[in-house]
Amino acid sequence: LPPQFHNLQELRQSPSLATKVFIQRDYSEGTVCRFQTKFPSELGSRIERMLFEDTVKTLNTYYAEAEKVGGQSYMEGCLACATAYFIFLCMETRYEKVLKKISGYIQEQNEKIYAPRGLLLTDPVERGMRVIEVSVFEDRGSSGSSPSSNVSSGISQR
Amino acid sequence: MLHLRVAEPMRECEYSQISTRSSTPMETPYKKRTPKRRKWQAFPGRNKFYCNGRIMMARQTGVFYLTLVLILVTSGLFFAFDCPFLSLQLTPAIPVIGGVLFVFVLGTLFRTSFSDPGVLPRATPDEAADLERQIDVANGSSSGYRPPPRTREVVINGQTVKLKYCFTCKIFRPPRASHCSLCDNCVERFDHHCPWVGNCVGKRNYRFFYMFILSLSCLTIFIFAFVITHVILRSHRYGFLNTLKDSPASVLEVVVCFFSVWSIVGLSGFHTYLISSNQTTNEDIKGSWSSKRGKGNYNPYSYGNIFTNCCAALCGPLPPSLIDRRGFVQSDTPHPIPPTNGTTMYGSTQSQSHMCDQAQCIQSTKFVLQAAATPLLQSEPVILTDEAFLPGRTSLGGSCSGALPLGGHPTPPTSTPNLSCDNDMLPLRNEQSDGLRHHHTDGCHHHFLTPEEAPSPPGMLPCVSPLGHSHTIQGFYNPASQDSLHEDSVRGLVKLSSV
Repeated sequence: LPPQFHNLQELRQSPSLATKVFIQRDYSEGTVCRFQTKFPSELGSRIERMLFEDTVKTLNTYYAEAEKVGGQSYMEGCLACATAYFIFLCMETRYEKVLKKISGYIQEQNEKIYAPRGLLLTDPVERGMRVIEVSVFEDRGSSGSSPSSNVSSGISQR
Repeated sequence: MLHLRVAEPMRECEYSQISTRSSTPMETPYKKRTPKRRKWQAFPGRNKFYCNGRIMMARQTGVFYLTLVLILVTSGLFFAFDCPFLSLQLTPAIPVIGGVLFVFVLGTLFRTSFSDPGVLPRATPDEAADLERQIDVANGSSSGYRPPPRTREVVINGQTVKLKYCFTCKIFRPPRASHCSLCDNCVERFDHHCPWVGNCVGKRNYRFFYMFILSLSCLTIFIFAFVITHVILRSHRYGFLNTLKDSPASVLEVVVCFFSVWSIVGLSGFHTYLISSNQTTNEDIKGSWSSKRGKGNYNPYSYGNIFTNCCAALCGPLPPSLIDRRGFVQSDTPHPIPPTNGTTMYGSTQSQSHMCDQAQCIQSTKFVLQAAATPLLQSEPVILTDEAFLPGRTSLGGSCSGALPLGGHPTPPTSTPNLSCDNDMLPLRNEQSDGLRHHHTDGCHHHFLTPEEAPSPPGMLPCVSPLGHSHTIQGFYNPASQDSLHEDSVRGLVKLSSV
């Protein structure tokens, strides 16, 4: 086999270059949806702590708003009960509306802050509200994993 | 046979032709073999789905049909045999109220039985691996002994709660969640699995369940009371035996209602107690918050007073379903693809279509070879378009002839070239981000874009003119990086390693 196939086979066995950092749920206040604001060390070199914490705190605020047991949710609940819950067939719940807002917010954050730094946030709703998945892409400029750079430079030099 | 050279466009196209022809026969079967599947069809739990994913029930539904039959038959007999007499003798409000109760009972029953109780989707492979790593680090990896049970402790409102690890779903269960062995799902705020409604009762359908048993108690008592009234009134006039002869259905109704009343009213009372103390059946049975367990043991979820607890349980916000039953299964990609339309807004973590692995491998291989073949200079208008691969190759060749680094198709950071390369591709890209990997009949680089486009979702990158391209891309994606071509090969490697 030509040498490049040999390299590709080696590459296939090497670990994935894009890693994922998972921000877990914070259950200290009960079952409400809240994510830990602790800054993960793996992102230390990629993004400023303040920016990241701001994002998570804003998300937590949104979720708290969605799950708030207050006047509007009572109205919605009573109205739904009065219509034997048939109203849910045509009406969008408050929670769903807030989730749409969150989706827009995450997209905006990705565009403005995370993508330029080679990161990508996944909407927690796509992960069962368990984690905020942060995909970290290898940055040539940073002190990333060396095997990849060695191998690819090896290929290109041929 | 495959030559890695400093490429001129024509040579690259030739090279591509060679590699693609060999794989085209393999591509076609994949195209045909991967129809669009909805996520409910790939759902790992033991649930049954009806109406194309709109209805979700447990596997054993026999008892549910019994419930339905009992309610329908008893109510039907009441309306047919007892209501005419009662509405004439007493008031026509009786059948009206009975009708309202009946509709309410059925509505809440269907809501309870057919909706998602709050199933937690299973962990994606990445999440599971990450958790495993954390557990190994915490335990100290050693193979000699049996590792301790996986639990995490968390303090909620001053009370220590243990979160257990679910081996089936590969997650640490949130507080109050439990794994239902009948449905093989972890359910949030798991109350119990009710065979009478043919579903689990959890966070999302507990209020419906409660309203169902409450309204059913009312209906049962209502029917029972008025059938007795009917029999008594008729007996006064025509005698008891004649009454029984005239409306035999009444006897059946009385018997059914008599036996139901105890269990249903009893259950309603029990659940009223549970709601007012904000406990689940599961917790009550286990005695999780019982003071017998210890002096300081209390329920950390209770709001303190009965009214607030009731309001929270019944009138609180209704969270949406976390399992997107009617969405389409997306192929396993290493990177998430953000939603572009409502279909995949709430993505599932159970994308199990590994059908395209081989095709993916082929693409990745070509991609890497192509990327590696080009020099690490962006100024050279190298086109790596796999044109022979795609039916619309001539149009692509024409449209991509503008000076673009790499022709951009495999590369996320330089995927903007793709967008501006051919304006028609913009809407196509949007479509394909739904995960339709092999459904390309138009001349767009679907199979290259779909896995790799995720880092730069379609909505994200502006459609810049080709001229301002290379600068914009680099500035946009990574200010420090100078060789986006290198990044392309890196991405190719990523793809390969994910296969």
